[in-house]
Amino acid sequence: MASLIGYYSLIFGFCTSLLIILISIKNFKNTNVFNTRIISLTFLQFLFVVISFLGLILSFVNSDFSNQTVFNHSHTTKPLFYKISGTWGNHEGSLLLWLLVLTLFIFLFLLKSKEQIKKYRVLTLLFQQIIVIGFFVFLIKSSNPFSNIFPVPIEGLGLNPILQDPALAIHPPILYLGYVGSSIIFSSSLAATSLNNISKEWAKHIKPWVLISWIFLTIGILLGSIWAYYELGWGGFWFWDPVENVSLMPWLALTTLLHCILVLEKRLVLTSWVIILSISTFTLSMSGTFLVRSGILNSVHTFASDPERGLFILIFLFSLIFLSLFIFFSFHKVENQNTKHFFWLSKETSILINNWFMMYFLSVILIGTVYPIFLEVLSSEKISVGPPFYNKLIIPFLIPFLLAMAIGPKLKWIKSDLRDRLYLILFLVISLLLSGLIVNSLDISFLTNTILITAAFYLFLISLRDFFMNKFENLSQNVAHFGFSLLILSILFNNIFSTEVITNLKIGETFHSEKFKINFEKIEQNDKQNFKSLTGKFNIEDQNGVIDVLEPELRIYNQPNIVTSEADIKTNMITDKFMTMNLVRDQEYFNIRYQIKPFMIWIWISVLLITFGGIISLLKKKYEN
Amino acid sequence: MKFLKYLFIIFFLFSFNYSKAENNNLQNKITKNLRCLICQGQSIYDSDSEFANSIKILVDQKINEGQTENQIYEYLKDKYGEWILYDPKFSKNTYFLWLLPILIFIIGGAILSKLFIIKKS
Amino acid sequence: MKTNFLSKILIVFFGVVFFIFYKGLNNSNIYVPKVNIDKNIPSFTAKIFNSSTKIKSEEIFNNNQFYLVNIWASWCIPCREEHSFLLDLSKNKNVIIIGINYKDKIQNAKFFLGEFKNPYKIIIRDTDGTISIDWGAYGVPETFLISNKKIIKRITGPINIDSFSEIKEIIQ
Repeated sequence: MASLIGYYSLIFGFCTSLLIILISIKNFKNTNVFNTRIISLTFLQFLFVVISFLGLILSFVNSDFSNQTVFNHSHTTKPLFYKISGTWGNHEGSLLLWLLVLTLFIFLFLLKSKEQIKKYRVLTLLFQQIIVIGFFVFLIKSSNPFSNIFPVPIEGLGLNPILQDPALAIHPPILYLGYVGSSIIFSSSLAATSLNNISKEWAKHIKPWVLISWIFLTIGILLGSIWAYYELGWGGFWFWDPVENVSLMPWLALTTLLHCILVLEKRLVLTSWVIILSISTFTLSMSGTFLVRSGILNSVHTFASDPERGLFILIFLFSLIFLSLFIFFSFHKVENQNTKHFFWLSKETSILINNWFMMYFLSVILIGTVYPIFLEVLSSEKISVGPPFYNKLIIPFLIPFLLAMAIGPKLKWIKSDLRDRLYLILFLVISLLLSGLIVNSLDISFLTNTILITAAFYLFLISLRDFFMNKFENLSQNVAHFGFSLLILSILFNNIFSTEVITNLKIGETFHSEKFKINFEKIEQNDKQNFKSLTGKFNIEDQNGVIDVLEPELRIYNQPNIVTSEADIKTNMITDKFMTMNLVRDQEYFNIRYQIKPFMIWIWISVLLITFGGIISLLKKKYEN
Repeated sequence: MKFLKYLFIIFFLFSFNYSKAENNNLQNKITKNLRCLICQGQSIYDSDSEFANSIKILVDQKINEGQTENQIYEYLKDKYGEWILYDPKFSKNTYFLWLLPILIFIIGGAILSKLFIIKKS
Repeated sequence: MKTNFLSKILIVFFGVVFFIFYKGLNNSNIYVPKVNIDKNIPSFTAKIFNSSTKIKSEEIFNNNQFYLVNIWASWCIPCREEHSFLLDLSKNKNVIIIGINYKDKIQNAKFFLGEFKNPYKIIIRDTDGTISIDWGAYGVPETFLISNKKIIKRITGPINIDSFSEIKEIIQ
């Protein structure tokens, strides 16, 4: 029943889309006043999608297995929380969620853009409705979340256990808020381009949307990363896996756009560049959806994939690309040449240098991700592009990037001088000494590390100084840059100082190493709602005689029948202690992986700081120089 | 200053892989660079599949036999194809992979420098 | 004029990208190594099943006739499916079947052979999986057909009726 209502609600939503387009076109041509009925209609459309979404949630909660999606992804013994989160833990449901956010955002956009000219609002709505219709058609035609099965099965197939996790329950909605936010930027920039309305005012008006999408995208990526850290069981938090790359690409484009908008807000320059960035942010989000959902790439995060669906997204994606190309080239007027130039030492330049590096990082990730596809099609050779590739091409470039990040904000608009800034050099010397000290005392002789740490410390110290010296002027930038330096430092120290032991232990055995002892005390068995749990108890004694108890767990899920390994992590401000255990075939012993990972929590904190910078900027009404 | 920066970049591009490591670290380093054929998308180091465990043992053996990192890669490449390596070697298959980003960087720099006014006006 | 040119280039570029993605959609995203046909068989030393003696690969493949190398384990369910084909082939005089017992407990393996009969002329043990890697295998079961000390056919996964008749045709 709920699923039937959901389906018809979806159809009605689609019809509303057509109605909105009709009225909007009329409104665009005929009158000078914005037809407020459009707002009510977009709200109605949003409501229809909400009902449809609730219908799906209800089907999941009631374990209505006559619904194909529920049958494929749910099970009666699953806890209620994961029945609900299972709604968007699958292809169909996640698309419905995407559509939900899409319709919500266009409604909010109309509410928030009252002071804009009528034509611009209507045109943005029209572009947005093209995207909305694309998703409606996709959902109804090839990914219907409400398709029936008959005869009705008694039991569902269950949700993949590694997806039954609180972080992963909120990760997709938040990520989608980021992705979909970028669709508003896309439509709005196309509308503004068509009307030749790219101006400082437009920049001011679109900036909050850029910030909002950026904030959600950042948190979404963070959540995914935290999830991977504790759930995938080998203590890493970023794997350069295609699915991760795909979320990082729009983030990089969005970050670049954010910096560019700052320039546009002040001076009417770089307009073409801003448009290109706005377009590419959303197209990159869509390409991500394509790459992940079509199954063209394989990744550790397995999604159900289907080439037919892939083809649909592909055609849709390229229609959007060609549409934007068409609009860009036929309507956009290149700005006056005179305003184009900058003095080399100015804030504009430093932002452009930021863009330059960001685009480079983006291109490395993009090329690394899609290159295997191109190679296979053109020469049928298969290769893998993994972490070493990205590390080699990105890490060296981080050094000048970090230095530019430290010095850039010091510069003034248009033209600037650095003569009276002696402390810039002083701090460089201090950070060089600091990192030299660290690297030396730890007996790691990698030159790269020294210089990279120096650069990160430099940014760290400079933004710290600004924080106290500038009386909170420029706070958002300051916090975000500080967070970034902290992020790089934590990742570096985490990489350098991590220790790891992989060993096989039987119950009662003790593993000895120079720094610690691991004692495998016992194993406990418990029956939970939808899995059996084996919890090991390990006592770890370090040199000072301090004992930590770690209890990694093995879960044997009933449906689907999968064994997962749950890490136990003891976190404090300095280090994380991370342990997993695994079954070994036909053996009495367990495979134990124990890791000491310093500064883990600082990685999360620094990303939060970066996000916080964005939030401050969003909350502030007046923007500083 | 600028000159120094570029010098650094060039230097790092070439000085990357030269690190002395102990056996265990070497094994980790190698297995992190190998892709598992069973759970495709994980590295051998990360995976706990039977196949991955065997490869770990094999890599250990080969290190103890005194084989170099590259010899081990060559051996596995011969058995399973280039796909198994996460770090694709610079070859006719990967010219574009390695050079295109650098090319984009250089082109970006060229466009950028055209926008600047170097002289004080 | 300039933008016109640029737009044409971009359209062509995205057209090509579209085409490649479209083509790529039809390729499987699961990697299967290229069949190492016409490769020389690897050389190794291994323990013989149920005894403590070691044997060199050269001693096993000492003739220029057909050999069928089958990687199996008692815990591997698909191995049971293909077992009847192996038994059938073991009656054929033209081929010698060599078993590689992969990561198995000896009792379990014996029990398996007791229950389903033994098609293998020689069985060697691969306790840590490294011998199978020498062969370029990555799962169980896998089967290699060898002629003149070269691998001429490789079957990943269990032998089915098609691959069975292909093998028969080759060794006739």
